[in-house]
Amino acid sequence: MKNFKEKAMHLVFIFSACASILSVAMICFFLFANGIPAIGKIGIFDFLLGKQWKPGNNLYGILPMILGSIYVTAGAILVGVPTGVMTAIYLSRFCPRGLYKVMKPAIDLLAGIPSVVYGFFGMAVIVPVMAHLSGGSGKSMATASVLLGIMILPTIIGVSESAMNAVPHNYYEGALALGASHERSIFFVTLPAARSGIMAGVILGIGRAIGETMAVIMVAGNQARMPKGIFAGVRTMTANIVLEMGYATDLHREALIATAVVLFVFILMINLSFSILSRKAEQ
Amino acid sequence: MEKIKKPFDPLSFLLLALVTVSAFITVLTLLFLVTYILVKGVPYLTPDLFAWEYNSENVSLMPALINTLIMTALSLLIAGPLGIFAAIYLVEYARRGNKLVAIVRVTAETLSGIPSIVYGLFGFLLFAVTLGWSYTLLGGALTLAIMILPLIMRTTEEALKAVPDSYRAGSFGLGAGRLRTVFWIVLPSAVPGILAGIILAVGRIVGETAALMYTAGTVAGVPANLFGSGRTLAVHMYVLTNEGLYTNQSYATAVVLLIIVVGINALSSLIARKIAGKGN
Repeated sequence: MKNFKEKAMHLVFIFSACASILSVAMICFFLFANGIPAIGKIGIFDFLLGKQWKPGNNLYGILPMILGSIYVTAGAILVGVPTGVMTAIYLSRFCPRGLYKVMKPAIDLLAGIPSVVYGFFGMAVIVPVMAHLSGGSGKSMATASVLLGIMILPTIIGVSESAMNAVPHNYYEGALALGASHERSIFFVTLPAARSGIMAGVILGIGRAIGETMAVIMVAGNQARMPKGIFAGVRTMTANIVLEMGYATDLHREALIATAVVLFVFILMINLSFSILSRKAEQ
Repeated sequence: MEKIKKPFDPLSFLLLALVTVSAFITVLTLLFLVTYILVKGVPYLTPDLFAWEYNSENVSLMPALINTLIMTALSLLIAGPLGIFAAIYLVEYARRGNKLVAIVRVTAETLSGIPSIVYGLFGFLLFAVTLGWSYTLLGGALTLAIMILPLIMRTTEEALKAVPDSYRAGSFGLGAGRLRTVFWIVLPSAVPGILAGIILAVGRIVGETAALMYTAGTVAGVPANLFGSGRTLAVHMYVLTNEGLYTNQSYATAVVLLIIVVGINALSSLIARKIAGKGN
């Protein structure tokens, strides 16, 4: 009897462990089964490289959205990475203990704020500022980049800080012994040693930025046309899905699912490079 | 050759200035965001906003709040046991070099990187279209359960790994079987770590929007049963903002969301600190 219970629970545990495998398999199945045929119908080149997204005219080119996602993400990296990495260095090597006890939870809090709240903040604060700076509505690629840059800060800070902390202390001491100042030792010895870990953090940030939906919709303008400069509105792949899924039917709906397939492939590539880099960082 | 008494070094000073300024920009951004929303929103936290029934005059957030509670409980009920059991398998049962473990790890990692809109679309396709449920709380909860599964798995795994092996050896030595050891010895000492992970998951559920819009839908009331549509607080806030008519109420809703998230965060770090304290 006891033996039976052990075996049964063992099976339950194995089954539970398989839940994540099953989930990934189902997600892949449903996305690909619904999205791939649409890509076939539209034509892979017309779909990926088409510059016109006009579902009313049966034109389903998602190049504007792919570029939109890439540009907005690049902008977010430009805003978030320097600030994030510098903040991580400060937290790891410069911050007084008392201040650290306040700053660390505050940054963790930044990670917990829901994306709608960020989006709302962007709409209420960043959009008017941008409108004032550049003219126009203020809902633009630049606005989305700044907002996403803020949103990825906690991710980048968290990963970079642990990468900095993981560098053996004798690297730093060796540099000091050779006469380098505290700052120079950290920047020219510790920081380079932590670079794969920091890169892993940046890649994680890219993943978050490219997948972000609600906050981007609220500040990016969402015009489905080729990006026209940093102060013009853009639409990302994620925004495309949410904005039109509510009323799309037939091929239009399938084209939106195919957009998610493209997004999914992007994310898989990002995940892969993240795991390669973090493995490298562990060595 | 470097001298022993260092002269003023402009580069060092510049680097110091750079990191300090960056750190303060980060903190100031956070402070600004939180105070701005509090200042704009707190005056509009009227009793009307917490009326039991939603209508276009009071734009009450109460039904959305209740939906959020139901959604959280339901998702945890599904993902909690699954995630904890999966972690038990990975830590306590699987042997080294087990192929299944490698696959589980890779898939869990993949799941944690998938954007919430992709979860939303998947949930829409599976529950709303293929199963024909249309928009339902249950569909939303199942979608969120998959989304938080890797988080619960990872935190539980870490908590289990932190339990010293001597506990297990002691239990086995007294004649307990594997199952008894896991449930009576290992799990109880890992409870705080698991709890911290679950609270983090609650934070994600409360803040989620994109995964719910096309699974649980955007109806502004509490449904009669789990197969009805209802919006959670974050979705409610998105819809309000999108309509553009209730800016002040949007601020107030943002305040409520922020307070919940801050509370959840504080609780999680309190528990985490308690664990760290016990370790010493």
